Amino acid sequence: MNRSNLKAAAFAAAAAALPCLWQAGATPALAQEPAAKPAAQAAKVERGRYIVSTSGCHDCHTPWIVGPKGPEPDMTRALSGHPESMTLPPPPKADGPWVVTAAATNTAWAGPWGISFTANLTPDPETGLGKWTERNFRETIRSGRHMGRGRPVLPPMPVQVYRNWTDADFEAVYAYLQSIPAIRNRVPEPLPPAAPVAASR
Amino acid sequence: MKPRTLDVLVFAAAAALAAHALLEGGAPAEAALLAPPLPELLSATGLHEPGTTRPRPDHLAFAPQYPLWSDGAAKRRWIHLPPGTSIDASDPDAWSFPPGTRLWKEFAHGRAVETRYIERLADGTWRFATYVWDEDGREARLAPEDGAVVVRADVPGGRYVVPSRQDCLACHEGPSVPVLGFSALQLSPDRDGLAPHAEAREDAHVGLAEMAARGLVRGLPAALLDVPPRVAGRTPVERAALGYLHANCGHCHNAGGALDGIDLALAQDARDPQRSAARTLRSLLGHDSRFRPHGAAATQRIASDGGPSVLALRMRTDNPLARMPPLGVAIADDEGIALVERWIHHDLQRPSETQR
Ligand code: HEC
Ligand code: HEC
Ligand code: HEC
Repeated sequence: MNRSNLKAAAFAAAAAALPCLWQAGATPALAQEPAAKPAAQAAKVERGRYIVSTSGCHDCHTPWIVGPKGPEPDMTRALSGHPESMTLPPPPKADGPWVVTAAATNTAWAGPWGISFTANLTPDPETGLGKWTERNFRETIRSGRHMGRGRPVLPPMPVQVYRNWTDADFEAVYAYLQSIPAIRNRVPEPLPPAAPVAASR
Repeated sequence: MKPRTLDVLVFAAAAALAAHALLEGGAPAEAALLAPPLPELLSATGLHEPGTTRPRPDHLAFAPQYPLWSDGAAKRRWIHLPPGTSIDASDPDAWSFPPGTRLWKEFAHGRAVETRYIERLADGTWRFATYVWDEDGREARLAPEDGAVVVRADVPGGRYVVPSRQDCLACHEGPSVPVLGFSALQLSPDRDGLAPHAEAREDAHVGLAEMAARGLVRGLPAALLDVPPRVAGRTPVERAALGYLHANCGHCHNAGGALDGIDLALAQDARDPQRSAARTLRSLLGHDSRFRPHGAAATQRIASDGGPSVLALRMRTDNPLARMPPLGVAIADDEGIALVERWIHHDLQRPSETQR
C-alpha cells in the first residue's frame, strides 16, 4: 500500500469509527453566569454551544460509558478528554486495512501516527484550556499545530474540517468552552509510533 | 512498515493539514491583492547584482551573536532598507522597520540549498517566502506555500526540509516584531565568546554602532551605545545559556507573546537585561511544568538544580512529538544542549537565592 492510500485509509477508518450516537438532550449545564453579562456574550456562548453539539466534539472529547440504553457520553465528565485515571494495555497489532483502533471511551486512538488521547477542553487552568487565549484556540485548529506553533495536532482530531470555521465561529466555540465547568483531568502526552514493533513487521 | 515511513506518514498528514491554513498576522486579503505577487525567482527579489550570485553591495550583511541551530546549516544574512529610510529603535526590544525593508537568510550545506526572504509591504504587513537553489547554484526558485523536501546527498540524512509559510509564521510571529536576529541584543558589539555555533563577526558584518552612526537606526537609547546590551548572566555559562535560549526558543516562549499562557519566558531584553533574566529564572523554577512524560508520577519544575529538567529533556528527546523546538530541527544540537545542561546543573540556584 502506498503512502497516500494508507493515509486515506487511516482517515477513512477514523471517520468510520466515530459513533454518531450523540443525543441532543444530553447538553452540559452552562456554568453559572453573572446576571449582568451582556446579551451579546450570551448569544455568542449559545452559538458556541450549538456548534459544539452539532460538530461531534463530545464524540471524542467526552469519555463514553455504557449506560442503561447503551453507549453514551458521560456528561458528568463533559469535554474533559481522555481520563487520566485510565490505564490502557498496548493497542492490538494493526492488521491489513484495520489500521486504527479506538478505546471504548472513544478518547484514545492508535494508528500510524502513534497513540493520541483527546484533550481536556474545559477551562481548568492546569490541565485544560483555562490559560488559552482565543488566538491560541483559533491558531491550533487553523494551523494544525499545537497552539499554532507546536507539534502537529494528531488524528483523528478533524482540524481539516473545523479550520473552515469563520473567525466568529472560533470566537463562539472558544467562548462556550470557557463557560463550561472546569474539570481537572491531566490527559497523557501522545505516544509516537512504536518503532521496535513497527520495525519487526 | 518501517518506523521512518511511519514518521514520514505522520508528518506528511500533518503538513497536508497545515498547508492551507491562514493565521492571524498573515497579510490581510486586500494587502495581498495590492502587493505584487512574490517573485518566482530569487534574483527578482533584488538580493544579487544582476546576472551574478554576489549580494548587492548596498545590502548590509549581519550575523546575530546567538544564531538559531538549524541542523548544522551554515548561514548568511542580509538586510536592505529603502534609501533614505531608517529603523526606529526607540523601543530597543521591538524595532520598527520601514516599509520596503527586505531581509534574506541563506542556508548552505557545502553549497546553498535555500534562501529565505522577508519583506515589509507598503501597508506595514510582512510577507515570508523561501527559494530553493537549483543544482547548478545559479538560481533559486520560490518554494510551494506548504514547503518542500529537497533530496540531496550532501545534506545531513540526505533530506532537507524546506519549511511551509505557515511554519515561518509559527516562529516569526511569536513575538511582536517578526524580525528575530536583527536586534539590539543580537547585534551588540559585546559579543558572547561562549555562544554555541557563533559565526565570527566579520568586518563585512554591520554592527549596532555603525548602524547608529550611519543614521540607519534612530532613537536607540544612548545608554545602549555607551554600554552595549548584554545578557545578564551571573556567570559566563549562564550568560551563554540564556543567550542560546533567547535565540532558539525565545521567539515562541516570551512574556506577552502568543504562548503567554505557558508561562515560560526564554527571551532576553536589551533595555533591562536583569529583569528579563530574573523573569526567565522565575518561569523555570517558580511553577510546575504542564508537561508530564509517560511514567513520571508527579509534575516537576521546568528546571531545578541537580534534579530532572523538563527543559533539557524536551531538547534532548528523539520523540518528534515532544522535541523542542517543535519545528526547524531534526538533529539535536549536542553543543547547545550540553551548555544548557551545564548551566542547570552547575549555575542555577534555588529561587530564594536567585531573587535580585
Ligand atoms: C474524531 C475525534 C475528535 C473529534 C470529533 C474532535 N476532536 Fe478535538 N481532538 C481529538 C484528539 C485525538 C486530540 C488530541 C490530538 C493530539 O494530541 O495531537 C484533539 C485535540 C483537540 C484540541 C487541542 C487541545 C490541546 O490541548 O492540544 C482542541 C482545541 C480540540 N481538539 C477541539 C475540538 C473541538 C472544539 C471539537 C468539536 C468541534 C473537537 N475537538 C472534535 C479528537 C477529536
Ligand atoms: C515554534 C515555537 C516553539 C519554539 C521555537 C520552542 N517551543 Fe517550546 N513549546 C512550544 C509549544 C506550542 C509548547 C506547548 C505544547 C507542548 O508542550 O508541546 C511548548 C512547550 C515547551 C515546554 C513545556 C512547558 C511546560 O509547562 O511543561 C518546554 C520546557 C519547552 N517548550 C522548552 C523549549 C525550549 C528549551 C526551546 C528551545 C530550545 C523551545 N521550547 C522552543 C513551542 C515552541
Ligand atoms: C524554528 C523557527 C523558525 C522558522 C520555522 C523560520 N525561522 Fe526565520 N529565523 C528564525 C530565527 C530565530 C532567526 C534569527 C536567528 C538566526 O538567523 O540565526 C531567523 C532569521 C530569519 C531571517 C533573517 C532576518 C531575521 O529575522 O533575523 C529571515 C529572512 C528568515 N528567518 C526568514 C524565514 C522564512 C521566510 C521562513 C519560512 C520559510 C523562516 N524564516 C522560518 C527562526 C525561524
